[in-house]
Amino acid sequence: MSLMHKEEEQVLRFSRLNRGLHILMIVSFISLSLTGMSLKFSYTSWAVALSHFFGGFEAAGSIHRFAASVMVLVFITHIVDVIRLKKKEGSSWKGLILGKDSMLFNKKDLQDFIGSLKWFLGKGERPQYGRWTYWEKFDYVAVFWGVFVIGSTGFTLWFPEFFTRFIPGWAINVATIIHSDEALLATGFIFTVHFFNTHLRPEKFPMDIVIFTGRMPLEEFKIDRPQEYRELVESGELENYLVESYPPIVIRGIKAFGWTALSLGFFIVIWIIYAMIFAYR
Amino acid sequence: MLKKNLSSKLDDKQFLSDSQVVHSTIMNNLTLLIFFFLLLSTKISAQENSDCFGCHDDKTLTGTKNGKTISVYVSEKKFTQFVHGAVPCIGCHVDLKGSEFPHNEDLKPAQCAGCHKQEQELHAKSLHGKAIARGDNLAPRCKTCHGNHDILPVKDPKSAVYPMKIPFLCGRCHEEGTKVQTQRTIHQDHILENFSESIHGEGLLKKGLVVAPNCASCHTPHSILPHTDPASSIARKNIAATCTKCHVMIEAVHRKIIKGELWEKQAHMLPACVDCHQPHKVRKVFYELGMANKDCMSCHQVESLKSSQDGRSLYVDINDYNQSIHNKIACSQCHSDVNASEIRPCKTITKKVDCASCHANVGDEYKQSTHGTLAAKNDQNAPSCSECHGTHKILSKKNPKSRTFPTNIPSLCATCHREGEQAAVRYKGTEHEIIESYTESIHGKGLMKSGLTVTATCTGCHTAHRELPHNNPNSSINPQNVASTCGNCHHGIQEKFEKSIHSAKISNAKNLPSCNDCHSAHKIKRADSEGFKLHIMDQCGRCHEEIAKTYFDTYHGKVSQLGYTKTAKCYDCHGSHDILPVSNPESHLSRKNVLKTCQKCHEGATRKFAGYFTHATHHDPQKYPVLFWTFWGMTGLLVGTFLMAGIHTLLWLPRSLKWKRELAQRVKENEKLKDEINEPENRKEDELDA
Repeated sequence: MSLMHKEEEQVLRFSRLNRGLHILMIVSFISLSLTGMSLKFSYTSWAVALSHFFGGFEAAGSIHRFAASVMVLVFITHIVDVIRLKKKEGSSWKGLILGKDSMLFNKKDLQDFIGSLKWFLGKGERPQYGRWTYWEKFDYVAVFWGVFVIGSTGFTLWFPEFFTRFIPGWAINVATIIHSDEALLATGFIFTVHFFNTHLRPEKFPMDIVIFTGRMPLEEFKIDRPQEYRELVESGELENYLVESYPPIVIRGIKAFGWTALSLGFFIVIWIIYAMIFAYR
Repeated sequence: MLKKNLSSKLDDKQFLSDSQVVHSTIMNNLTLLIFFFLLLSTKISAQENSDCFGCHDDKTLTGTKNGKTISVYVSEKKFTQFVHGAVPCIGCHVDLKGSEFPHNEDLKPAQCAGCHKQEQELHAKSLHGKAIARGDNLAPRCKTCHGNHDILPVKDPKSAVYPMKIPFLCGRCHEEGTKVQTQRTIHQDHILENFSESIHGEGLLKKGLVVAPNCASCHTPHSILPHTDPASSIARKNIAATCTKCHVMIEAVHRKIIKGELWEKQAHMLPACVDCHQPHKVRKVFYELGMANKDCMSCHQVESLKSSQDGRSLYVDINDYNQSIHNKIACSQCHSDVNASEIRPCKTITKKVDCASCHANVGDEYKQSTHGTLAAKNDQNAPSCSECHGTHKILSKKNPKSRTFPTNIPSLCATCHREGEQAAVRYKGTEHEIIESYTESIHGKGLMKSGLTVTATCTGCHTAHRELPHNNPNSSINPQNVASTCGNCHHGIQEKFEKSIHSAKISNAKNLPSCNDCHSAHKIKRADSEGFKLHIMDQCGRCHEEIAKTYFDTYHGKVSQLGYTKTAKCYDCHGSHDILPVSNPESHLSRKNVLKTCQKCHEGATRKFAGYFTHATHHDPQKYPVLFWTFWGMTGLLVGTFLMAGIHTLLWLPRSLKWKRELAQRVKENEKLKDEINEPENRKEDELDA
């Protein structure tokens, strides 16, 4: 079997639902970032311009709350989807959490992490990454943390009159700091670390569109996820995941979307750096 | 006081009032009577009146005088009824004293001076007395007016000198056609006629008001002098005093133009009564308006008329004058140096028109102002009255065409105060582009665009005539006075402000703000405009620097920083003009009021809600420890996460580059391998076979 002949072959990695959820996640996340940062860095001219672009601080606030609601819905949909899958596969919660393809950290992730560091330092081979790498799991778990922290404080700030029936007024100040700084962490992390890990590291540069297409070339898959490939071959399931690639026009559309999201992310990062270092007051 | 002053100015001896003369006459008569009673009791004289009447009570008795036969009849019965009835004949006919009968016929005139010494002296100095001394046979003697044996008291309506009769008495000589009027130089004509038609004459003759002035009231009974004599009651200097004998408070009610003092001390500066109210023709409608102006205009209507001194045009457009608010003021009332006795009355003019002679209060204000003090130093740039008001075409400030009509004031002041003009060049303060700023301000727009003449113009704040720099305590724009200056229109605001912590009436603090510190001086915007609402926070921050900074760390501050006003700004919580310390129970933020203040925007706010830190900072561990530690906790989380992820990424990057090259290498090798597989495929199979 020739390598060249097989180049067009693609391996399916993400379900339609997950791809859709990720797109919604991107849209809501960037909307939240832009509207939120325009308030956080209100002392920069960029913030003023953005706020006016959105139609004023009230409109920006509405967009922020709408996007937040979308994100929470994405989150809930994912949870429902996980439960549905669990039922479909008939696995237990324990199996789901501790299983081979779990999104939560396990022993192999620790081994891969140490192995990665060794590989970075030239003291070992590239680890045999599986279905999910540890940095992907980190992003995934971080979303849970972020949705919980930013979501709860955001909800408090959304209805301060209601919440101050139960909590003191100064808690609103505390919620503001937590919401704002956690959001800074989230945006800063996604638009730098996540972008690098997923899109900008040289072998993926300038972007990896697998999250939109849901599929990647088999040859790339073999190299990037050697353990998963091996397991699929061993179990004979690989054939089940082989699919055609999308027509070029779809790929172009996906890349345009990707570029937009990346550019907005870079813009936000530059803006944050500018606001925090050069314009801070 | 005024009357006293006036009286003291006059020489009492020169012209006594009627009543004074009458009074002194009675006093003299009394002393005379006493004298005669004493005389009678000591020495029974041979020349008693009965001796005289023995002959003179005969109607047929005649004598000769100057060669003429005249009746020398004197009715004893009548004489005793007259005012001098008890006076011995020889008391007046002193030359008959001790003479034998029948006495000398060519008698000397009866001597009144024996008793009426004062009157005699005044008369001797008077026009009439001097004429007698010259031998003028037309000159009146005592008897000409008072009669001889039939003299009655002044108050007796039958008396020849009873007030009602005086015009006719004087008119005997001073009426048209009399010898005096035709043969002597009398400058006035139709005197009796004019007088009888005058308001005085009408009062006296038609209305029978004995208090109305008669000839003697102004000319005095005995001390009649020409107006050119400084001692005359009708001399220019004294005329005011003469008129004010009756028109006592005339300077107060007589418009506001003439201060009593000026009238008195500098009468030459001012028109005298008779300049307007012609003597004898005194009427409410004084004199033919502009009569004298015609004389002025006979020269000044010539357009080419120029000053011989500096060549400036002296042309006066009579239309300007006729349209002006001063069109009822004669040329000479302003150009008061004129002297009517000159052929060119204006020859004597040496000074510029002094508007203050009428507009005294305004003049005083002007003198105190910067304009006035500079003008006093002969500063070329200092504006005089005419620079702003014009000269002959001065219009009422209520006339829209007037230079001082509200809508014209900014451009009027701009002639000097616009950037680059003479006043602006000298100005060293901080206000620039004043005219432009004002035009764009709410006041300027109100005036120029909305045409509101009640809006503040330059003079509204700086005053019209008492402009002073802000650092002068008397200035209307001195920080101490700004509130009341603005309060002229914004009274309600002033009332509130003066109860606030920013008012010097409440606070002892230095550098308290006045209206303009927040609203600016010339760029005042509508307080409900977006620009102003945002700008005002910076204004608060100029003094309240720290607290303003911490405000901008909160949601409210951030939103307003974005340029939106629909959020709590300084004044929304603290109030604007009624700001009080939070400790004051009346403050909007006192424990009593704070919740209500929050509820203005946050309807469902509770007491706990009001515990929100509206000026929170996470940089103050003492005041806000919770915020401080929350912030540093979050910062720790961020720094930690980014540090770990950053190191991971930085280590990954070079390895990833190598990895990419390795992969490329592998692809190349694969291609080579592919070629090898394709070409020597048979060989491999051969080997296998082997």
